[in-house]
Amino acid sequence: MNATAPSIEALANQEYKWGFVTEIEADTIPKGLNEDVIRMISAKKNEPEFMLEWRLKSYRQWLKMEEPQWPNVHYPRIDYQDIIYYSAPATKVGPKSLDEVDPELLRTYEKLGIPLKEQELLAGIAVDIVFDSVSVATTFKAKLAELGIIFCSFSEAVQEHPELIQKYLGSVVPHSDNFFAALNAAVFSDGSFCYVPKGVRCPMELSTYFRINAKDTGQFERTLIIADEGAYVSYLEGCTAPMRDNNQLHAAVVELVALDNAQIKYSTVQNWYPGDKQGKGGIYNFVTKRGKCLGDNSKISWTQVETGSAITWKYPSCILIGDNSVGEFYSVALTNNYQQADTGTKMIHIGKNTRSTIVSKGISAGHGQNTYRGMVKILKSAAGARNYSQCDSLLLGDQCGAHTFPYLEVKNTSSQVEHEASTSKIGEDQIFYCRQRGISSEDAVSMIVHGFCKEVFRELPMEFAVEAQKLLGISLEGSVG
Amino acid sequence: MTGIEPIRQDAARRVAELGFPTTRDEDWRFTNVSRIARTHFSAAPSDLSAWGEGQLEQRLVPYEGSPRLVFINGCYSPELSSLKLARGIRATSLREANGAVEAHLARYAVYQDRAFVALNTANFEDGACIEIPKGTVVEEPIHLVFLASGGDVPVISHPRNLVVIGPHSQATVVESYIGHGANYFTNAVTEIVAGDHSVVDHYKLQEEDERSFHVATLQVQLGRETNFSTHSISLGGGLVRNDINAVLAEGTEATVNGLYLPSGSQHVDNHTVIDHARPHGASHELYKGILSGASAAVFNGKIVVRPGAQKTDAKQTNKNLVLSENATINTKPELQIHADDVRCTHGATIGQLDEEAIFYLQSRGIGKEQARDLLTYAFARDIIDRIKVEPLRARLGKIVLERLHANRN
Repeated sequence: MNATAPSIEALANQEYKWGFVTEIEADTIPKGLNEDVIRMISAKKNEPEFMLEWRLKSYRQWLKMEEPQWPNVHYPRIDYQDIIYYSAPATKVGPKSLDEVDPELLRTYEKLGIPLKEQELLAGIAVDIVFDSVSVATTFKAKLAELGIIFCSFSEAVQEHPELIQKYLGSVVPHSDNFFAALNAAVFSDGSFCYVPKGVRCPMELSTYFRINAKDTGQFERTLIIADEGAYVSYLEGCTAPMRDNNQLHAAVVELVALDNAQIKYSTVQNWYPGDKQGKGGIYNFVTKRGKCLGDNSKISWTQVETGSAITWKYPSCILIGDNSVGEFYSVALTNNYQQADTGTKMIHIGKNTRSTIVSKGISAGHGQNTYRGMVKILKSAAGARNYSQCDSLLLGDQCGAHTFPYLEVKNTSSQVEHEASTSKIGEDQIFYCRQRGISSEDAVSMIVHGFCKEVFRELPMEFAVEAQKLLGISLEGSVG
Repeated sequence: MTGIEPIRQDAARRVAELGFPTTRDEDWRFTNVSRIARTHFSAAPSDLSAWGEGQLEQRLVPYEGSPRLVFINGCYSPELSSLKLARGIRATSLREANGAVEAHLARYAVYQDRAFVALNTANFEDGACIEIPKGTVVEEPIHLVFLASGGDVPVISHPRNLVVIGPHSQATVVESYIGHGANYFTNAVTEIVAGDHSVVDHYKLQEEDERSFHVATLQVQLGRETNFSTHSISLGGGLVRNDINAVLAEGTEATVNGLYLPSGSQHVDNHTVIDHARPHGASHELYKGILSGASAAVFNGKIVVRPGAQKTDAKQTNKNLVLSENATINTKPELQIHADDVRCTHGATIGQLDEEAIFYLQSRGIGKEQARDLLTYAFARDIIDRIKVEPLRARLGKIVLERLHANRN
């Protein structure tokens, strides 16, 4: 606690500190969406024919679909013709080295505390940077290549490894999966791609940093991670955006594929601009994330810390196909002011002896509405499947709400499913105990909240865990009465 | 019943607008009523011709001696009913009540978005009407028995009951649904209004024929500091859906328990909504299910804590024991909480008998089959033991044992 307490205090009067805008020349296409726009995006990226066809197929599917109304979130209808679907910093396509990257961009990331210069890297994290719609830089590429690991931007992968893209793109989240996934498939501009070959354990954390900068744009990126037999990779994702009065849409798709004995660990610290105290502005974060444990004994683990976004709507899921495969989901979702979150997971058990664990912690403060929605589905073939779910909610203040909608669907009798949930507030006796020992009530609350989230934080890689704790401290600022 | 005529007309309009729910409706996701929607039902005849000699008497034995109201396919049968109640207590059919309780009738069960409630409201013929005045304690349980029968032509009945308990009063009401024959549909609605400081125990025992449809809604409006309990036991019916909606006031304590034992191809769906509208309420909910054969069970328990309903204490548990390979269970315990100073927990489990417990019994010389029966029985007994009406409790214990034997053979 000693390490974080001063930082919370220091940040006490600070608001969203990543809310600045970078003045940079951008290559932006006009607002609106039609087949020509999709052709234009595809042409800009110099994509092979199969990609364009896939995009158009998705677009036609999207036209037939309706925006989902079932999430427990409320927002005015989005005008999809009022969004810019492509915006990129106007530099040369695919900078060869960091020297070619616009210095203004580098300064942005310095401000955000993201080390782009490899020599300055502390823990040795390879970073792929996505600015508005495109990936601007990827670090440590050469070192990873020695091991046969492919880590690059999505557009680069389309150019250089089309066979992998063609094989795996849309194999986990099909283009027709849902409204936002179809939209993403039609217009996605870039993202990260990672392939870890057979038996390789990725020596460093891979990371993508997403930044929305341009006004009126939507960000649509796509991440695809493939861990071949026996491979291991840990992947981090971070996000920020400037403060603006209008809402911006972020509709991403993440696909993970784990083959026999492979392991993927995917961590997210999501801190999009959440809107101001009156609930004005902020990012709509409508994301589809899904992992497929294709091989036997494979494992996919999702860890997420959701503190930003005006509205969060996402369900990182695991499809457990291989026998003995394992799915995990650890989540902390915090909603303050007028933020809304409808998040959770889906665990689909198909293979024998598959196991899944769900730990979800929701914290609501101010007028925040926090919903956990999860599904555990055990199919007939999943003999001996096991699931344990726990979702706890903490309420700070009497205007907020916490909701849980767990679905348990079991079609196999040799399986065991358990679900537990609780909702409570911080006890006055707990606060009193801390105060009695000279801890201010604000620190006491932050200490109790951190304790509440500990189970999830310890799943995060170390650097991220520190970051996440700080974030939680700031987001809770002012909600303690 | 002229005063509620506009309500009935409005309900009829809603029936036409709503149509039958489909699995695309969130509340009906796992229960497909297309078999009901496809069938053309005609009004059921109110005679006993479908029942064989002695068959009916045998089914009514458990209700001998205590006050009872008997309905045949939704119509009141004074011959089979026996009423020996103290003065001042009204226990009649709705028709006989002749509008005396119109202030309450059809005022609580919302039909605007519930097709089956609308269907009942628009079409009901008769039902029980119980009114207990202020400060009265009714010691004996009042039995409401609904006999239904089907045959070659699909028939439908809409029992509609109203129970009004005055302030500071106490009563026990037992609803029993007994059916015989194929192709019939019982679509019941019961409204209970409990006055301040009253104590109300409600039981519903459903023993419909396994070739029938049974849809029932229980709407409970509870006053301040009332103590309410309901136990819903589902034994029969081919396609069963129970909706329980309880609205709590300040300091209300509500217990909502249930037991379902589907086998064969039965489908049992229990939906409960406990609405903590005011502060200081407490609710306890325990639903248990034992599934065998190719049966399916659905449980959806929703707890709503309204803004300002501080100091609410809500607990909800759903436990399922799956005995066969082909059974399906869908459970969804929901919490919707809009107040901060509350304690709400819910839990759901789906599992099998504990192998170690079976081994323990075996090591003490009890056969494996017997050990399994014993543990299954104990699982159900947990609910049965909470029933306060002694004859009902004894009878249920017997039925569950018989079921276990039947399943084994």
